[in-house]
Amino acid sequence: MNLRQLRQRASALGPAVVVGASGFALWEGAVRAFGISEFLLPKPTSIGAELLAEWPVLRHAGWETGQIAVSGLLIGILAGVLLAMFTTRFRMLNEGLTPLAVAVNATPIVALAPIFNAWFGITGTLSNQAVVIAVVFFPVFINTAKGLTEVHPDEIELMRSYAAGEWTIMREVRVPNALPFFANALRVVAPLSVIAAIVAEYFGGPQDRIGNVITSSAGFARYDVAWAAIAVASAVGLALFAAALLVERVSMPWRLAVGGSDSNNNPGREK
Amino acid sequence: MSTGADTPAVQVDDVDMVFNEGSGGEVAALSGINLTIRAGEFVTLIGPSGCGKSTFLRLVADLLTPTAGSISVFGQSAHESRTGQDYGMVFQHAGLFDWRKVKANIELPLELRGWSKADRAARSAEMLDLVKLDEFGDLYPRQLSGGMQQRVSIARALSFEPRLLLMDEPFGALDEMTREHMQSELLRIWGETGTTVVFVTHSISEAAFLSNRVIVLSPRPGRVHSIIDVDLGERTPDTREDPDFFTAATTIREALRSVGGAV
Repeated sequence: MNLRQLRQRASALGPAVVVGASGFALWEGAVRAFGISEFLLPKPTSIGAELLAEWPVLRHAGWETGQIAVSGLLIGILAGVLLAMFTTRFRMLNEGLTPLAVAVNATPIVALAPIFNAWFGITGTLSNQAVVIAVVFFPVFINTAKGLTEVHPDEIELMRSYAAGEWTIMREVRVPNALPFFANALRVVAPLSVIAAIVAEYFGGPQDRIGNVITSSAGFARYDVAWAAIAVASAVGLALFAAALLVERVSMPWRLAVGGSDSNNNPGREK
Repeated sequence: MSTGADTPAVQVDDVDMVFNEGSGGEVAALSGINLTIRAGEFVTLIGPSGCGKSTFLRLVADLLTPTAGSISVFGQSAHESRTGQDYGMVFQHAGLFDWRKVKANIELPLELRGWSKADRAARSAEMLDLVKLDEFGDLYPRQLSGGMQQRVSIARALSFEPRLLLMDEPFGALDEMTREHMQSELLRIWGETGTTVVFVTHSISEAAFLSNRVIVLSPRPGRVHSIIDVDLGERTPDTREDPDFFTAATTIREALRSVGGAV
């Protein structure tokens, strides 16, 4: 990226910075002007002060929750991709499993958190991790399987005309074809993994995590601390989303060359 | 096995092709096809939609197996010919891989045959020169126009110097001017490489301009209706205005009319 592009990128961020800053100013001003009590809506400055005061606790909680989110994310992605590749090789399995996966994906999996506590224990991190894995797995599996199978028939015939076997077709055609589909799933599940981890923490697990900090602070009417914990959680979610975008850019240089990879969210290719 | 000058490029004997055989929805696509295509010939298949032109090409390519009869390519079975990568194929959809740069697309069949990197690079440069796209090797396919993409597709099909080139309506999606330009380019490449070409089209002028022989197929099931020899000498842009060209086109048109069905 050269200097000109960097400057363009920075100036493109300008409006977002202005809108964000005015939003905070408006919030601060409204709370002060209307005398809204702190336990209903703390001022951004109070939240900032708590963020600093409680930083060691929040940093630790963010780190621990982030670890659950990231490890669950990685395991869920790996499982989803591997199963998608496996079912693609066996069409019957794919046709049987995909509608089932779509149905399961439509059910609110975080609602299973209390049940996972019973299965995997309420004190350890395993049940929280299992919630994240379950939430991540289905979108990754469904999208990747779609990308692996929705290949133009001419491209398969072309590969067969080269006497290419199934594995070569998988490597040279199906996997790269599935990358944009996978990237779309990644954009969704990266922030979702943080949400899943926190919701799971509401129901159990160790007590030094973001989810527990939020519930216990709210329980003691320390809403400013709860908001500070939420700020940490959204920072973790944003970081994971940024990582997803980075993976997308690095893995698909051809999309950048053609242009519009950020605005063009459609994984399908022009035929 | 002989592959001397007398061995035909494609020999088709009594070929029938029935889809969904044995189930309720049987479709007879081709029936009793006998055809000999000589090495170095440029042969065009033309006929109404549903006459089995593309099916015929896929049978020669061993992407389909005939219900009855036999097909040999340079004296070998169609299957041996495919596993030996004896032919190159070009589809209407250029079928370039978005994720490979233009030169990497051309090198794909070479990669699959285990060529070294240096040999591949040398050949793709040669091929880019052949299709006059020297400047474009490092771009991605989506950065090229439709006509340029189809030229890359032809370069890819020719990269491993196959003796046979199978083309399934390769210029069907191009506009008229690009199409005429591509036809001249193809004839130049054919002249330079000496490859045998089997070309499927539904354009009468394309068939007349390109081929030594035009095979007119009748529909449902596809049969060889007539074989028209076209002798226009060396083609130039002026050929398109030559009275002989119109005569050839008229002969093809009349054959198609007697066949019936929409082209």
